Amino acid sequence: MTFQGWILILGFVAILLALTKPVGVWLFALYEGRRTPLHIVLGPVERGFYTLAGIDPNAEQGWRRYALHMLFFNVALMAFTYAVLRLQGVLPGNPQGLAGLSPHLALNTAISFTTNTNWQSYGGESTMSNLSQMLGLTIHNFLSAATGIALAFALFRGFARRESKAIGNFWADMTRVTLYILLPISIVYALFLIASGVPQTMAGVVDVQTLEGAKQSLLLGPVASQEAIKMLGTNGGGFFNANSAHPFENPTALTNLIQMLSIFLIGFGLTWTFGKAVGNTRQGWAILSAMVILFLAGVTVTYWQEAAGNPVLQHLGVAGGNMEGKEVRFGIAASALFSVVTTAASCGAVNSMHDSFTALGGMIPLFNMQLGEVVIGGVGAGIYGFLLFAILAVFVAGLMVGRTPEYVGKKIESREVKLAVLAIAVLPLMILGLTALSSVLQQGLAGPLNKGPHGFSEILYAFTSAVANNGSAFAGLTANTPYYNGLLGVAMWVGRFFIIVPMLAIAGSLAAKKYTPESAGSFPTTGGLWVGLLVGIILILGGLTFLPGLALGPIADHLAMISGTLS
Amino acid sequence: MGKDFTSALRPAIVMTILFAVLLGLVYPLAMTGIGQAIFPSQANGSLMRDARGTVIGSTVVGQAFTTDRYFQTRLSAAGKGYDGLASSGSNLGPASQALVDRVTPDVAKRRAEGVAGPVPADLVTASGSGLDPDLSPAAALAQAPRIARVRGVPVEQVRALVTDATDASILGEPHVNVLALNRALDALSASGAPAR
Repeated sequence: MTFQGWILILGFVAILLALTKPVGVWLFALYEGRRTPLHIVLGPVERGFYTLAGIDPNAEQGWRRYALHMLFFNVALMAFTYAVLRLQGVLPGNPQGLAGLSPHLALNTAISFTTNTNWQSYGGESTMSNLSQMLGLTIHNFLSAATGIALAFALFRGFARRESKAIGNFWADMTRVTLYILLPISIVYALFLIASGVPQTMAGVVDVQTLEGAKQSLLLGPVASQEAIKMLGTNGGGFFNANSAHPFENPTALTNLIQMLSIFLIGFGLTWTFGKAVGNTRQGWAILSAMVILFLAGVTVTYWQEAAGNPVLQHLGVAGGNMEGKEVRFGIAASALFSVVTTAASCGAVNSMHDSFTALGGMIPLFNMQLGEVVIGGVGAGIYGFLLFAILAVFVAGLMVGRTPEYVGKKIESREVKLAVLAIAVLPLMILGLTALSSVLQQGLAGPLNKGPHGFSEILYAFTSAVANNGSAFAGLTANTPYYNGLLGVAMWVGRFFIIVPMLAIAGSLAAKKYTPESAGSFPTTGGLWVGLLVGIILILGGLTFLPGLALGPIADHLAMISGTLS
Repeated sequence: MGKDFTSALRPAIVMTILFAVLLGLVYPLAMTGIGQAIFPSQANGSLMRDARGTVIGSTVVGQAFTTDRYFQTRLSAAGKGYDGLASSGSNLGPASQALVDRVTPDVAKRRAEGVAGPVPADLVTASGSGLDPDLSPAAALAQAPRIARVRGVPVEQVRALVTDATDASILGEPHVNVLALNRALDALSASGAPAR
């Protein structure tokens, strides 16, 4: 580990802390439905959309209706993308003349992008036409992110409102988030990326005569416009197979830093928005503190392990840290940091190949996802996932010290706790169940590239990534088979919507409750004790469930690595 | 509830179409127009051409260098190496027999070229993209004696090229763009450096 590496990591966190309040204030204006300066330009677009779609943005919805409209929209989007991908061969914008996708791959990809997972069973450059990248995939980068933020707003309203039947209007939330934050930032961001060397053209392949006289084909395309929202919306589905390791997606150390910052930007801001919504910004800072502690702990382990390197290769006479799967322009610190950021959030973009990380260095990305991506998390999804843990934490605190479980002015009762447990239980059930299944079935065992414990890790990582809606991979796994496309598709769908629906039910039930002012009997939900409790609950609930799985995968792999037992 | 379903259907379908047009067509096409207008070189892949107009590479993306007279690029798992249509890492795990089988002869090859001490890691590992345009200064300098020998130029001159081409900005790791370095190397040989 180097001094410069730590400056990067700590500077990264400092920049985000400085941006938390400005972004939070902006998001709060959208949460409240206030006018922003951008309404002058985009207001007519917003109103036009409502008119054409027959939407009354002021019509408040109860949680069931909010959930129903959100689900209908997501199913419509998914069907649209499925159609675009299947019809790719006959649609324009296809300079490489690529054929349409197979049904199982098209369905897997449509689910993947709808659920903000952006798992990719395909290699972008050899599968997707320019039109598919734009019309089939880029739209989801905006709309799955906007859906996540809208859902977080709905849950915030559950805590903030008193004796209310409604939690907002899905269409208004989703449209405002798309138009007034995601689109404007993406426009500026895409221009920055183009200036830095990311292509943006409708052309396809360019042939290069290399200095040694060989022929190299380079693929160009509308990369920058997709790259910007891919990071900002914590989507992570790359234009190219190598994702943000590809020089055309991420050409410099500066673009790399901006990409990492943009993964976390909205997630940091939303913690402030939550605090403001419930009338006490310290509530937001308390949540952010717990997140940052878990994040820095993860970065420390991964950076330490990657910098220490692979003893197997060092034994052969290779110097220093682990560079397999990493790019020279980023080096070890920025690759380790990126891997922890992308899995703490539900982004899933990668600037280095996690499959080739050292065993423990690669375990942290896996573990981050298994915690449910509540360390900052995906846009919207991170904070609503975190608030589920907060509900459990006040409940546990109530059991331990005999106080009434309350959180930000709302009594937490058995209905909320049951729903929170239901949502959180989806993760271990799906991840461990499907991994176990794939570890015994022939179709499952056909997937891994690596042998031994690392091969098991590839399967575990795939299902973890899918259920947690991350989308990064131990990419050695051959996933473009009917078996994996199908099961991973189910895993992504369940991992998204089987958490969202109970979460919205909690929002509805909280919104209907009276305000309970803080009293001597309340457990304080700001301050160090609370932050420590949150961290503990997340680690115990999230971590212990997966410990046996981790022991079979990365931990066994680590022991093999340090003892030189190859497989 | 039946009425609820129909009331959700119209906005779902209409909003899908409207947003698809705005975000899937208007936004990327507008960015393409603006990008092509103000950053035409970058928007088209930062391509470099020789005097006759042939595209010889991109300043951003790496290309394969395998012969002894050039600085050799990193191992690439992109297709058969530096395939711009098949970017990929090796995805080999840390305790993989296949990784050891690949690295062992590569280390031996560098030893034969006279690299003493620990071999720079990027010289014997595959990059993440398979299109890494760079080397670490150490990995480039380790190749200087071989290049000087093959080209018949003083090793100090080759080393100086590496030092000149090293990008050691405050962000990121120090790195050398291999294509730029090799062009400088060709220019050095062409400009009447001491003949063999």
